[in-house]
Amino acid sequence: MDFGSISLVLLVASVMVSATPILLAAIGEMVVERSGVLNLGVEGMMITGAVVGFAVGVNTGSAWPGFAAAALASAVLSLTFGVLTQLFLSNQVATGLGLTLFGLGLSALIGKPYEGMKSPTLPKLDLGPLSDIPVLGRMVFSHDLMVYLSLALVAAVWAFLKFTRAGLILRAAGENHDAAHALGYKVVRIRLAAIAFGGACAGLGGAYLSLVRVPQWTEGMTAGAGWIALAIVVFASWRPWWVLVGAYLFGGVTVLQLNLQAAGAQVPVAILSASPYLVTILVLVVISARGVHGAPASLGRPFHASQ
Amino acid sequence: MITLEKRPQPSRTWTFLAPVAAVLLTMIVGGAMFALLGTDPVAAIRTIFWDPLFNPQFASYSRPQLLVKAGPLILIAIGLSLGFRAGVWNIGAEGQYIMGAICGAGAGLMFYPSESVLIFPLMILAGALGGWAWAMIPAFFKTRFGTNEILVSLMLVYVAESILASVSSGLLRNPEGRGFPGSRNFQQWDAGANRDLVAGTGMHWGVVAAFIAVILAYVLLTRHIQGFNIRLSGEAPRAARFSGVNPARVVIFCLGTAGALAGLAGLFEVSGPAGQISIDFNSGYGFTAIIVAFLGRLHPVGILLAGLLMALTYIGGELAQLMLSVPGASIQLFQGMLLFFLLGVDVFTNYRLRIGKREAA
Amino acid sequence: MDEPLLSLRGLTKAYPGVVANSDVSFDIGQGEIHALLGENGAGKSTLVKMIYGLVRPDAGTMSLNGGAFAPGEPSEARRAGVAMVFQHFSLFDALSVAENVALGMETPPKSRELAQRIRDVSEEYGLPLDPFRTVGTLSAGERQRVEIVRCLLQEPRLLIMDEPTSVLTPQEVEILFSTLRQLKAEGRSILYISHKLGEIRSLCDTATILRRGEVVATCTPSETSSRELAEMMVGASFAAPEARAHAPGEMALEVTGLSLPAPGAFGTPLREVSFELRRGEVLGIGGVAGNGQDELLAALSGERLSPRGTVALKGADVSRDGPIARREGGLLSAPEERLGHAAAPNMSLVENGVLTASRREGLVSNGFLDWSRARDFAGRVIERFDVRTPGSHVPARALSGGNLQKFVIGREILQRPEVLVVNQPTWGVDAAAAAAIRQALLDLAADGAAILVISQDLDELMEISDRFAALNEGRLSPARPVAELSLEKIGLMMGGAHDMEVAHVHG
Repeated sequence: MDFGSISLVLLVASVMVSATPILLAAIGEMVVERSGVLNLGVEGMMITGAVVGFAVGVNTGSAWPGFAAAALASAVLSLTFGVLTQLFLSNQVATGLGLTLFGLGLSALIGKPYEGMKSPTLPKLDLGPLSDIPVLGRMVFSHDLMVYLSLALVAAVWAFLKFTRAGLILRAAGENHDAAHALGYKVVRIRLAAIAFGGACAGLGGAYLSLVRVPQWTEGMTAGAGWIALAIVVFASWRPWWVLVGAYLFGGVTVLQLNLQAAGAQVPVAILSASPYLVTILVLVVISARGVHGAPASLGRPFHASQ
Repeated sequence: MITLEKRPQPSRTWTFLAPVAAVLLTMIVGGAMFALLGTDPVAAIRTIFWDPLFNPQFASYSRPQLLVKAGPLILIAIGLSLGFRAGVWNIGAEGQYIMGAICGAGAGLMFYPSESVLIFPLMILAGALGGWAWAMIPAFFKTRFGTNEILVSLMLVYVAESILASVSSGLLRNPEGRGFPGSRNFQQWDAGANRDLVAGTGMHWGVVAAFIAVILAYVLLTRHIQGFNIRLSGEAPRAARFSGVNPARVVIFCLGTAGALAGLAGLFEVSGPAGQISIDFNSGYGFTAIIVAFLGRLHPVGILLAGLLMALTYIGGELAQLMLSVPGASIQLFQGMLLFFLLGVDVFTNYRLRIGKREAA
Repeated sequence: MDEPLLSLRGLTKAYPGVVANSDVSFDIGQGEIHALLGENGAGKSTLVKMIYGLVRPDAGTMSLNGGAFAPGEPSEARRAGVAMVFQHFSLFDALSVAENVALGMETPPKSRELAQRIRDVSEEYGLPLDPFRTVGTLSAGERQRVEIVRCLLQEPRLLIMDEPTSVLTPQEVEILFSTLRQLKAEGRSILYISHKLGEIRSLCDTATILRRGEVVATCTPSETSSRELAEMMVGASFAAPEARAHAPGEMALEVTGLSLPAPGAFGTPLREVSFELRRGEVLGIGGVAGNGQDELLAALSGERLSPRGTVALKGADVSRDGPIARREGGLLSAPEERLGHAAAPNMSLVENGVLTASRREGLVSNGFLDWSRARDFAGRVIERFDVRTPGSHVPARALSGGNLQKFVIGREILQRPEVLVVNQPTWGVDAAAAAAIRQALLDLAADGAAILVISQDLDELMEISDRFAALNEGRLSPARPVAELSLEKIGLMMGGAHDMEVAHVHG
């Protein structure tokens, strides 16, 4: 086995890149769940974001319009889920699954002509003196802007939930929608907004995958990343900074197994390639054995303002 | 202003009407989508829903295919529907299907080239066991630790796919296959082949199993106390516990049955229509069956009809791909749309629309 | 005469199938405590929701201080000086006291300042509260304080209180009343909703009585007798339950040192609960909501198993038996929550009959259900207990609360229990149906069954129980014969002072 070819600097750097799509999707889903809605369609929204971002990136010749379009497309898609579950009161689990199946089909259809193409990608930022710091500079301070935006997003979500009145109201809707309604808050609108935000985040995550991480479009390329994002929200007990920890942990597992495969480690490839999923299962089991804490009390329950 | 008002009891009319309305809506919106793609929408809809059954040019090939495709969908969906009724969300049937196929095929290939009549029954048993065991993983974690079965069962699909990739180029690879990945072909081995029972009808053992599953599920849900307990657990978990239902037993029963049926479907597929274990022998039946289960209202007879309809969209989709060069993925989208519309239309089963009265919401 | 603070004129609100309020008119004066009296379903809640802006009237007008008042949403009502303390559903367990208060205010101050103001107001009115506690960990009385303080911080001119004492001990009720009188002295008005006549007579200046959505009378409660008020409220006289004389028989249910951990984050643990129950006896268990009632029922019904030797049925240890085995032994029960616990909302009455009666009534053989016998059983329950329903095929949720309660209790009684445990048997049931249910329980006891009634309605417990015990934070006081009790002693027992009380009696 040749561990020498795995450089720590590159490892950390690539963990940050590989964790970013999951981080974006997970932080969005966390906000959705804090408002009391369980959207299992993250995978479908991510892959839609991936294909739309890629297509727009290719056609405009620049990655940023791709990201914007991906966020918009996934937000619109998530609103179909929002309308069905919030206005038509459909079952959230079934509708979320439907959203994933729908998104997978839609993306395959849109993406057909783009298979095998190359897209514009994001430039690595030059943070001047920061990037020049030995070791640390290459590890942490020489990424593209999206990596830092995703970190800023975590901080923003944390501050939003903790310090703002809107954040308090969103949490209130997730804790007890009947009480929030009785106090005059518009539960359905709050949740629709959260769902759209979650959709946009998932879209950004997907676009990061197809425009930066890979960068290419292949059918089904999210390969369960959306589901892992859902698991990370549980792992994080619905706390923003723990979502970051979770995403980087999973990013780490993914990168490590890829590196081990490349280095020709004496571990069956099947186990290596399944390891991110096995680790997810393991973490879910450990978390639940310890007792899940912090789930919003109204999570997944339908709300109908009757009389 | 339009408001929804809960019906005192679910509308019987809409229970039946909703799937029909969803199919019609899907045809209309799907047609519009085809028009956008530059295909004649009427021709596309006709090619998908009519030609496979009634166009003399294609029907002789397509009609048997209907059963071939519907068999596994119905078999899996019946198992899933029990869980969905009980509030047990097994969405990893695709993984259970793959593991059933691998175990069943593996058990048979151990005895190659024996021609014993016991081989096929052994494969069936091993297939069911393989799917069952794979489903027991989320069941165990759910009952022991309360781990979310949705995420675990789904993650196991990816694990099963890794195992499939590994065995089809390793353990089960055809030694006479010149190094190509993929197992021996069961169609060329009488003892292990799942062939049409009546030639040219598509009626193989898997289809028979699907019909039996429909009947048993119907009896279970309408006549048996276990079926009653399953429904009760889904409708009102606390009331179920009060009644004396052991929730862990319901979880194990539902996941186990679904796993075993999906495993059977996998085995019948790999020894029949697919012919061999290969990296991509699975074609997403485990996921499509989720749509079938909902479209069939989680009712055995409904699932039977929904399975046939969904099979039709597969065959019709292939035909449309061939004749009108419609992209293959549009069928997947079509199926997703169907589920979406169904969930949307379903609101009318439990709610009534009221127009006019404004309520400060 | 002063100009009234709030005038209601001809308010009408109809929902499909029911007219909740019809032409309701009355005035609330400045500095007046005005009672709104009526049975469950009389339309009190709808009326209040219109005043608070949650529901818009179909017809009629309101005026506040002489100006037109038509709030489109609660925040408008709050800005106009109307505040409301809800009976249920308006606190957030996982949030802190300060966050809960902030959610009920239009423009809450910064969190540090808000915390200080909460402390100030709560001290001023004798309602101590820690702003940073998580609400889920508070007692029912403390939770109500959160709601009241939330209202007071907005300097309301009209405070609406919906059934505020249903969660309080008699001592806590006294504290609440002195707070309300203090508010009145400051010139604020209070709309006080209740169906408890005694409270209204001692607290309120004026009472408006609603029946079936209409105002039937407005009177001065202190000059009207409880009997007159009750007749106006109910509209018809009904038979009060009659206890038949009986002598307690052999031991039926014996609970010894029963302790169980809390079932969830905000549940109550059971601590060393012990009592005995004999045939022919009715034991009443009182206590403020959330002190372990649900947990005790679950431990007796078999939904939660307890350590060996803690629950004995007719002398046999059933602590490790589930609900099915306990039912076979003759121990039946009916939980408080009708929809979702005692009955499955979307399943038919026939199926809900099978829910508990499958074995005792022989509705199942070899695992297969006999639907015709099940229909027969449901039909018998409906007939014997006068359940108003189009038939046994309708889902449970289509029934009104009272009718479903009759079905749920009747389902157990018809199975001839030897021990029956019921939690809140008449909660949300109209007076006539409540009397019928109580009578059925007494008849059952007279026929030799042992009955355990858990209830938050003290009047009910005094009326039907032979002995009384109180639950407080999961501890059960020793049971005392009802004849020996006074309201004050009951209050002390409910407040958890039973040890002192016992020492006093024996010393």
